Amino acid sequence: MESHIAEIVQHTGGVIGNSWLMIAFPLVGAFILLVFNRFTNRWGHLLGVAMSLASFVVAVLAFFELIGFGPEERRRAVHLFEFIPGMPGEPAMVDMGLLIDPLSISFALLITGVGSLIHIYSIGYMSHDEHRRRFFSYLNLFVAAMLLLVLADNYVGLFIGWEGVGLASYLLIGFWQFKPSAATAAKKAFVVNRVGDFGLLVGMFVIWTSFGTLAFKDLGAEVNGVQNGTTLAIGLLLLLGACGKSAQLPLQSWLLDAMEGPTPVSALIHAATMVTAGVYLVVRSGAFFFPEGSGAALAVSIVGAVTLLAGAIIGCAKDDIKKGLAGSTMSQIGYMMLGAGLGPAGYAFAIGHLITHGFFKANMFLGAGSVMHGMNDEVDMRKYGALRKFMPITFVTFFIGYLAIIGFPLLSGYFTKDGIIETAVHHQPILGWLAVLGAGITGFYMSRMVFMTFFGEKRWADDAHPHESPLVMTVPLMVLSLGSLGLGAYLVLNGTLYRFLSPAVGGDPAAAPEFHFVTTPGLATLALVAVGAAFAWMRYGRAEVPAVQPRGSFLTTFARRDLYGDALNESLFMRPGQWLTRLAVFFDNRGIDGIVNGLAAGIGGSSGRLRRIQTGFARTYALSIFIGAALLTGALLLVGNI
Amino acid sequence: MTTHYLVLSGLLFAIGALGVLVRRNAIVVFMCVELMLNACNLAFVTFARQVGNLEGQIIAFFVMVVAAAEVVVGLAIIVTIFRTRRSASVDDANLLKY
Amino acid sequence: MGETITFWVLAVVSVGAALGMVFNRKAVYSALMLGTVMLCLAVLYAVQDAPFLAAVQIIVYTGAIMMLFLFVLMLVGVDSSDSFVETLKGQRFWAVLAGLGFLTLIVLAVGNAIFAPETGLAAATQQGGYIRSIALLLFTKYVFAFEVTSALLITAALAAMVLAHREKLTEKLTQKDLSRARFLGDHPSPLPGPGTYARNNAIDMPALLPDGSVAESSVNRYLARYDVEHDHLPEDPKLAEAIRHTAEHDEAPTEAEQDAESNEVTK
Repeated sequence: MESHIAEIVQHTGGVIGNSWLMIAFPLVGAFILLVFNRFTNRWGHLLGVAMSLASFVVAVLAFFELIGFGPEERRRAVHLFEFIPGMPGEPAMVDMGLLIDPLSISFALLITGVGSLIHIYSIGYMSHDEHRRRFFSYLNLFVAAMLLLVLADNYVGLFIGWEGVGLASYLLIGFWQFKPSAATAAKKAFVVNRVGDFGLLVGMFVIWTSFGTLAFKDLGAEVNGVQNGTTLAIGLLLLLGACGKSAQLPLQSWLLDAMEGPTPVSALIHAATMVTAGVYLVVRSGAFFFPEGSGAALAVSIVGAVTLLAGAIIGCAKDDIKKGLAGSTMSQIGYMMLGAGLGPAGYAFAIGHLITHGFFKANMFLGAGSVMHGMNDEVDMRKYGALRKFMPITFVTFFIGYLAIIGFPLLSGYFTKDGIIETAVHHQPILGWLAVLGAGITGFYMSRMVFMTFFGEKRWADDAHPHESPLVMTVPLMVLSLGSLGLGAYLVLNGTLYRFLSPAVGGDPAAAPEFHFVTTPGLATLALVAVGAAFAWMRYGRAEVPAVQPRGSFLTTFARRDLYGDALNESLFMRPGQWLTRLAVFFDNRGIDGIVNGLAAGIGGSSGRLRRIQTGFARTYALSIFIGAALLTGALLLVGNI
Repeated sequence: MTTHYLVLSGLLFAIGALGVLVRRNAIVVFMCVELMLNACNLAFVTFARQVGNLEGQIIAFFVMVVAAAEVVVGLAIIVTIFRTRRSASVDDANLLKY
Repeated sequence: MGETITFWVLAVVSVGAALGMVFNRKAVYSALMLGTVMLCLAVLYAVQDAPFLAAVQIIVYTGAIMMLFLFVLMLVGVDSSDSFVETLKGQRFWAVLAGLGFLTLIVLAVGNAIFAPETGLAAATQQGGYIRSIALLLFTKYVFAFEVTSALLITAALAAMVLAHREKLTEKLTQKDLSRARFLGDHPSPLPGPGTYARNNAIDMPALLPDGSVAESSVNRYLARYDVEHDHLPEDPKLAEAIRHTAEHDEAPTEAEQDAESNEVTK
């Protein structure tokens, strides 16, 4: 299959030429807020929002400038500076530059757009937090790092951004570090991400040694459809990196704990943007996942399919609304990975789903935050119920997000998710039908969430006084729900996104897949979703929801314990690690210290005895001298044979 | 005759050494050292005649000079020690030890 | 033949004297024995064609060095004698063993060697005689060593002066100080002389006061102590009591005095 990836054009001037401003604005914001500290407390949040909005404006302008070019000229590279200089007289080893193409600009728009909305929302959400300024500085730092990740035109820049978002994620999960659970969750996220980062890093090493370059532009030409053991290894290593960042199996365990962070963080980082970086990485490194449906690409699809089921199952059992959404996030990213493994045809749907998911999941997370805001930060859904009358705006927007995610016809999720499912069934039938099953489970757990929260009887705590959130929080909800409503149709119908992305990801622009409304998998999906929703209605809408978590079956416990992922990690890595440490400590104390101390004690003891020779009596010394002289004389006589 | 002189020299040397080792009075120890030096001188003189070379006598002469200097300093030290410790025993000056 | 007789006589004398030096308890006797050995050696030098060395031996060793030894012995105490109890364990045994072993080795070595007949110094001294030959060697070939020994001697003399020097820490007492101390003390007048009104005029007999009682302060305390130690007390119980009393009150210098003295020396 021939590649349709367009050549990269060097670009100067214009908005695109200055697109580094996108990164610079939030970076400067974070810098000012962190350096000037308390002096910015009064207006820090406003600065944060302004910087994010400025970045969004640049992104929009760049987008319009980009679509002004013909489809084949929409990959614009901007050279910034020489990052790692080469040997004297040779070109730089790594040039730092930005790559503005349909793929990266889509991400930039999502990041800055949704990011700005969440910034605005956070003004209200964090208004009672005395460290709100610090929160905004971290958010700005995150936006800057994420933009660097998607805009960089080489793996080094990508990696810097990758680590930057990891840092921001760590800081924000542990934002309320006075809570031990939050501190632990932050640490866990960091450690698990290290495993993935290791994969990415080693992948980069292999790329460098094999191809001598880390720039996307050169790599396209260097790889050019070659498929061998090296590209497979690179693909699998990059997949490991993607799994870490995107919470895919087997590195999924950190995401659920990451919900300890403030809700806007969960919405922005752990639902809409950062966790999708893995999908971006796979799509951007498409050259190594070639041909689709085999090797590394198949691995991507399998990981995606397994994760989408695992996330959905976990989501079914969680009573914590945020953890339920986190499971859902895992599941949805699983869909994207599944799509990303299917090649250019799947890329468009994967990225489409990524964008719509960014909207509706952020929408629901912020909705959940709004509910929590009104319910004294209660997260247990068993203590909600009947909230639709008290929080009408939140309810309506959340419900739109809900319909979008379960794939209600004509809403955003319907187009993108069904697109992935259909493509998957077409290319990998088994995985495709697993995805259909996952969609059914999605219908169940999302309905369960909505019913438990907004319908049924009140099960509130005594001091709960639910109220609608202020406008600064609800307006972003409305904007996001608009996106949840119509974005999918806009992107998918007529293959708009496919054609837009194809110069960057390599699809044949002439062969845009048509979206069929009536297909076997589509109908099956709808039917399963309906069954799931109905089942949820029976269990949680109509019936009484127990205020205390029932013991549940084995399967429920299995899901509640995150499919025993933590237990597995513990027994596979933590316990042996502890044993190893104890062994090392024991060896160090007894073995090495024993040798060293024993040696010292031996020398000390023998010296203590030996020094008794020094009696202080001159006559003793004289005697030893005389005996020595006599022996020496004897020796001379013997040797000299006198 | 040379053998006789040399044996006498060795005998005197050994007696001197024995004195150094068994006597405690610093002055007597010193005398024994002088005896050892004299025994050496005797050997030097004997060898000078044996090989017909005056240099043995010259060396003996230098030994005497050095011995004189040594006695002067050594006795001064003994006097000094005696002043502080009221003792001329070499065993009493045994503070420099383990 | 003459040399053989001389040798044997002197060898026996010198070995005996050396042994006597080592095994005599009194240091003065040891010094005299050493002098004997040195004189014997001087004669042996002379016999062996070394008259210059014999002279030097007598002048430097027996004359100067031995005098120095005796002088120091006077300072340290002539009658001090060593105890012959060995305090260091095994010292005597090993010393004798090492001495005998060494002697055996020397005897073996010398006895095994076969010497040619003595060359004699006739050839070496034919240019202008013995003394001239010695001088020729000393002031030509060994002139540098000779000069160095002169430096050594000067250094040694200086060192001896420095070591033996006592720094005066207090002002020298003037006659005025002495008389003031005397009049401020218990006895402005001279102490009573011994023997006054006594029944004999021995210096160790205390004087009698006009009332017939004994004046204890008239007896020199050293003499009193000597009398007590050597049982020379007079028969008169009153006098004997007085002498004993004086001896008992003759205390050793107090610690403070000793400290002051030792400070004086070390400074």
